[in-house]
Amino acid sequence: MFYGTDLTSRLMLGTAQYPSPQVLRDAIAASGAEVITVSLRREGREGGAFRDILKDSGCRLLPNTAGCHSAREAVTTAQMARELFGTDWIKLEVIGHADTLQPDPFALVEAARILCAEGFEVFPYTTEDLILGEKLIEAGCRVLMPWGAPIGSGQGLSNRPGLARMRAHFPEVPLVIDAGIGAPSQAAEAMEMGFDAVLLNTAVASARDPVAMARAFGQAVEAGLAAHEAGLMPRRDMARASTPVFGMAELAG
Amino acid sequence: MRIELNGARVETGAITLAELVAERGFPETAVATALDGAFVPRGARADTALAEGARVEVLTPMQGG
Repeated sequence: MFYGTDLTSRLMLGTAQYPSPQVLRDAIAASGAEVITVSLRREGREGGAFRDILKDSGCRLLPNTAGCHSAREAVTTAQMARELFGTDWIKLEVIGHADTLQPDPFALVEAARILCAEGFEVFPYTTEDLILGEKLIEAGCRVLMPWGAPIGSGQGLSNRPGLARMRAHFPEVPLVIDAGIGAPSQAAEAMEMGFDAVLLNTAVASARDPVAMARAFGQAVEAGLAAHEAGLMPRRDMARASTPVFGMAELAG
Repeated sequence: MRIELNGARVETGAITLAELVAERGFPETAVATALDGAFVPRGARADTALAEGARVEVLTPMQGG
């Protein structure tokens, strides 16, 4: 449940960097995603066509505050997004460093506190830091979005043990892996670990065939969720025969 | 008066934010506005006066990740 909304597909898809509007349209459909992320920029000429794609997709919109470097910028952007997109949902990004695109944890908590008090339903882009997660929840967030790896890096879950600890530490909080996912196997891995959803953009948009890749990610996320719900076997250090030994013939000389 | 609109210095005859949006041909309901870094809701644009050197942002939906 994401702020009271149940999602069948646990893939959330970004809408940036596609080779054409038609490919974006087809990729959204092929992915099965029910949530797509959008942003706000200075009024351009192609705004109308994009608005049509958003409407036709039937998806719930998750506006972001991408590019904001201070709490104030992020809060203003969120307020503008709420009016424009007609949703209380906001993917809160407050970037601490232009090269790493790592979140600024202090400004993130400050902005989250302001936005939650104003009735926003905040999806904070955060790290796997447990105390930061707790501060965001204290601020009013009911979803957390830890990064898998730096935005656009395609490295997957670069701190798997840390993310596993986060999953264990917040058993009741919906957790979305946001950023760094490069391959469907990595998305499946996140879902197998018990994360509630995966948000990605570049891996689909920059594929040679974004529509086919969108479909592959949709399938991977679905498989990972099904595997988690089915219960994965525990890892073992040693081999254990799967074929029974009982009833085996004595054939050795 | 001279103001800054989306980062560009422009000369405008508009007295209010609502007049500026209309003067520049922005689709009124398809943009969100901010004045000097603070959000101005659609309904408040007509009552929001512009001053010399005001920094206005007019934003629209865009692709994002």
